[in-house]
Amino acid sequence: MTDAKGDATEGSAGPMMAADGTPLKKSLARALRMQKMRALMLIAPLLLFVLVTFIAPIADMLFRSVENDIVSDTMPRTTAVLADWDGQGMPPETAFEAAYFDLYIAAERKLHTRLGTRLNYEQTGASSLFRKSGRGLDDIGEVYQDQFEDLDEGWDEAMPWAELMGDPEWLSEQAAWTKGARQPEFILRDGIADLLPRTAEQYEAFALYLQDEDNKSPLDEEPWSAVHTALYEDLAAGDLSGYSGPRADMLVAADALVDSPDFETVSFARGFEDIDEDWADPEIWRTIKLYSPEMTPGYFLNSVDMQLTPEGVEMRPDNQRIYMLLFKRTIFMSMVITCSCILLAYPVAYILANLPARKANLLMILVLLPFWTSLLVRTSAWKVMLQQQGVINDVLVWLGLVADDSRLAMINNQFGTIVAMTHILLPFMILPMYSVMSTIPHTYVRAAKSLGATDWTTFWRVYFPQSIPGIGAGSILVFILSIGYYITPEIVGGTTGTFISNRIAYHISSSLNWGLAAALGTILLAVVLILYWAYDRIVGIDNVKLG
Amino acid sequence: MPDTGASDAFVAFERVQKSYDGESLVVKDLNLSLPKGEFLTMLGPSGSGKTTCLMMLAGFETATHGEIKLDGVSINNIPPHKRGIGMVFQNYALFPHMTVAENLAFPLEVRKIGKSDREAKVKRALDMVEMGDFGGRRPGQLSGGQQQRIALARALVFEPELVLMDEPLGALDKQLREKMQFEITNLAHSLGITTVYVTHDQTEALTMSDRVAVFNDGRIQQLAPPDELYEAPQNSFVAQFIGENNTLEGTVQQIQGDRCTVQLANGEVIDAKPVNVTQPGERTRVSIRPERVEVNPELGDTAHTLKARVLEFVYMGDIFRTRLEVAGNRDFVIKTRNRADQERLTPGQEVAIGWLPEDCRALDAD
Ligand SMILES: Nc1ncnc2c1ncn2[C@@H]1O[C@H](COP(=O)(O)OP(=O)(O)OP(=O)(O)O)[C@@H](O)[C@H]1O
Ligand SMILES: [Mg+2]
Repeated sequence: MTDAKGDATEGSAGPMMAADGTPLKKSLARALRMQKMRALMLIAPLLLFVLVTFIAPIADMLFRSVENDIVSDTMPRTTAVLADWDGQGMPPETAFEAAYFDLYIAAERKLHTRLGTRLNYEQTGASSLFRKSGRGLDDIGEVYQDQFEDLDEGWDEAMPWAELMGDPEWLSEQAAWTKGARQPEFILRDGIADLLPRTAEQYEAFALYLQDEDNKSPLDEEPWSAVHTALYEDLAAGDLSGYSGPRADMLVAADALVDSPDFETVSFARGFEDIDEDWADPEIWRTIKLYSPEMTPGYFLNSVDMQLTPEGVEMRPDNQRIYMLLFKRTIFMSMVITCSCILLAYPVAYILANLPARKANLLMILVLLPFWTSLLVRTSAWKVMLQQQGVINDVLVWLGLVADDSRLAMINNQFGTIVAMTHILLPFMILPMYSVMSTIPHTYVRAAKSLGATDWTTFWRVYFPQSIPGIGAGSILVFILSIGYYITPEIVGGTTGTFISNRIAYHISSSLNWGLAAALGTILLAVVLILYWAYDRIVGIDNVKLG
Repeated sequence: MPDTGASDAFVAFERVQKSYDGESLVVKDLNLSLPKGEFLTMLGPSGSGKTTCLMMLAGFETATHGEIKLDGVSINNIPPHKRGIGMVFQNYALFPHMTVAENLAFPLEVRKIGKSDREAKVKRALDMVEMGDFGGRRPGQLSGGQQQRIALARALVFEPELVLMDEPLGALDKQLREKMQFEITNLAHSLGITTVYVTHDQTEALTMSDRVAVFNDGRIQQLAPPDELYEAPQNSFVAQFIGENNTLEGTVQQIQGDRCTVQLANGEVIDAKPVNVTQPGERTRVSIRPERVEVNPELGDTAHTLKARVLEFVYMGDIFRTRLEVAGNRDFVIKTRNRADQERLTPGQEVAIGWLPEDCRALDAD
């Protein structure tokens, strides 16, 4: 008789060598690598397809769930100022100033409503606040615009501004520009950024916006009132009397006007408060500060009924909690559905696997029949069956088991969802079970009986353990399918029988809060992966056979 | 040889018939009894009903008619798991999800045998088939021959008095098969168990068995010890099926006691021993074993000889195998031992052949 450990002692003198003298391990690895490369080439097209259509969207979704650059992109100045703010009391005037310029540009670019929508997820009312502010910001600038205009009509014209701010070379190129050609990109005049820093910045933003988005020439359009506001600030801050560049007369006169006591000014804080009282509440500023980083855990916190506050992470108020309930319900109901599928499918698969081929085929067709019917039809059929005036209730009433005025509510609740989904997912349980059971040779059963086992022992000790891979495969399939199921809960779930996926769909298509949808989806994915891992640890994924 | 009287029969088939489809009989009127301790082999071509008989005995098929008795008691209505019959299947049927030791412990567990007792028995059974070190492995990690041993050990571990084996060595290579044949017979005899063994390998049947039942077409054609089967086949099926055999067809000329003469198709006459023929004029097929044919015989005056032409000479080491054309039969084979003085025939050579009349059996014609 051979010794089980006999071969281990043989190679103990040193590493085994292949015929050409290289260590056996190495040449084996080389041979295997060639094989692997060839295999990889064969699956390359599929790999590419999966990468593009499956991995990439998932990666995009994972990214969206934390992405948050809209705040810092739309309000760069404000977020920079607020970074130094401690969040106590009202923010400084500089924050209002920054917000004024940020929002002004955003409003011109029509980005302020998007930002409002984003912040509205975190603080209700933000959306309307931003919409309103986009319209109202002009009021602040017009105070200055009107006064400059009264001083000199030139301040309300395009050319003087362009000559004041623009590089002379650019000016001549821009003058030669005709519609349809590419515009020469706006260049600031040398030294103007030192002289009038805020104005230069604002005018540049204006000019570039005009050129890029409106395709108009800065030589034809008078600037926004924000530019006038910036001009006032620059003039108030510095002394321009020594200036001798283009339009020196206009600028010196304006400087004198600003310095005169009659010049009317408004503080930004007041201006904002005039637009909407909410700006005078530090709450909105805190929210902006909280969501100024480019990545945020906010969506994820939201997904588990928590929120980010200046004081840290905390649970949402009770009446706003919904997602944990939905997650728990989804997992619980998926488990119930999986269990009922196992219970119903096992006998069917057993019969299928042990019936003579001809009868088994007929039964198989019956099992597959649902696949040939539309999912919607099947789900709707359950509606017909289960509703209060439906077939089952009618029969129960007719039999006298249920009073006519207390018909059972079997649809638009959890029960309805479980029944309909068990029915719909049953084939996915039967098929893997069947394919495993049909490979269990009948001789095992006979062997067990010949060894003295009763029918039950034979089943439980010999047949059942060998059918477990089928149960495992079916369970994974059904559970994963049901945890992300959408249509059936949507139709028959009512309010108590809906799944997390229904909520995700709502955020994708109705509320357009894709970040939250992505976070919910990511959590769902993580839950599935964790369960899969746990399953692997407990049952062993090698034990799963689909065929 | 044990006495085979029905009175002390351990296993008995009495007028058993079996039909699967209600149209044709797969087993036709089977009568068979074997005493305790006998090693009986069922031998026959494919589809002759061997497995069916075994399954009826094990209880997995019910006899359509007749009775099967075990130790004098009819077991027709006893379910398989209560029959206490050990069984070895062709594909071993070791439970893949249990280790070897668990496989062996299974029949003991279902018999509610205590743990320590169980372990002792499992160990003894494993040692018996020289697989003591393999208890912790799964069947999938064993070679075919090792699985075979485990299957055997499992069938024996609960000490059944009767063991059934359905082509247990079918999947093994020739050398291993021969080794296992030896081991199985040894075990069966040393443990004193009654064995019913199914095979369609005739060498296996001849070397292992106390008696062989040759099956064909749902009937036992002959039930006899191996030597008798080989040397005294009762009909031409058995003669053909067991060992190499030469046949010549002809008509019985006359019968005198245990001698008869048969006229072949080409008019030549030979001597034979009448077995299945009763009167002159009957068609018959005579059967002669290749090693019983003598070339240029000196058999005395009364004996007939035949003319033969050598077609082929094959040197096989210990024997020479020569193919001849005899009375129109081009497949007439003779075997001669490789002795120093043995003549080696050359193709084309004309010789005379003959045999002792008792070696040539006149059997039925079909
Ligand atoms: N379950 C069954 N249903 C119908 N017919 C069957 C069944 N099992 C066997 N038969 C038929 O009964 C006949 C005898 O089969 P059996 O298996 O007993 O043959 P066997 O002698 O064991 O052959 P082999 O040497 O090939 O194993 C065959 O013709 C077979 O087709
Ligand atoms: Mg068979």
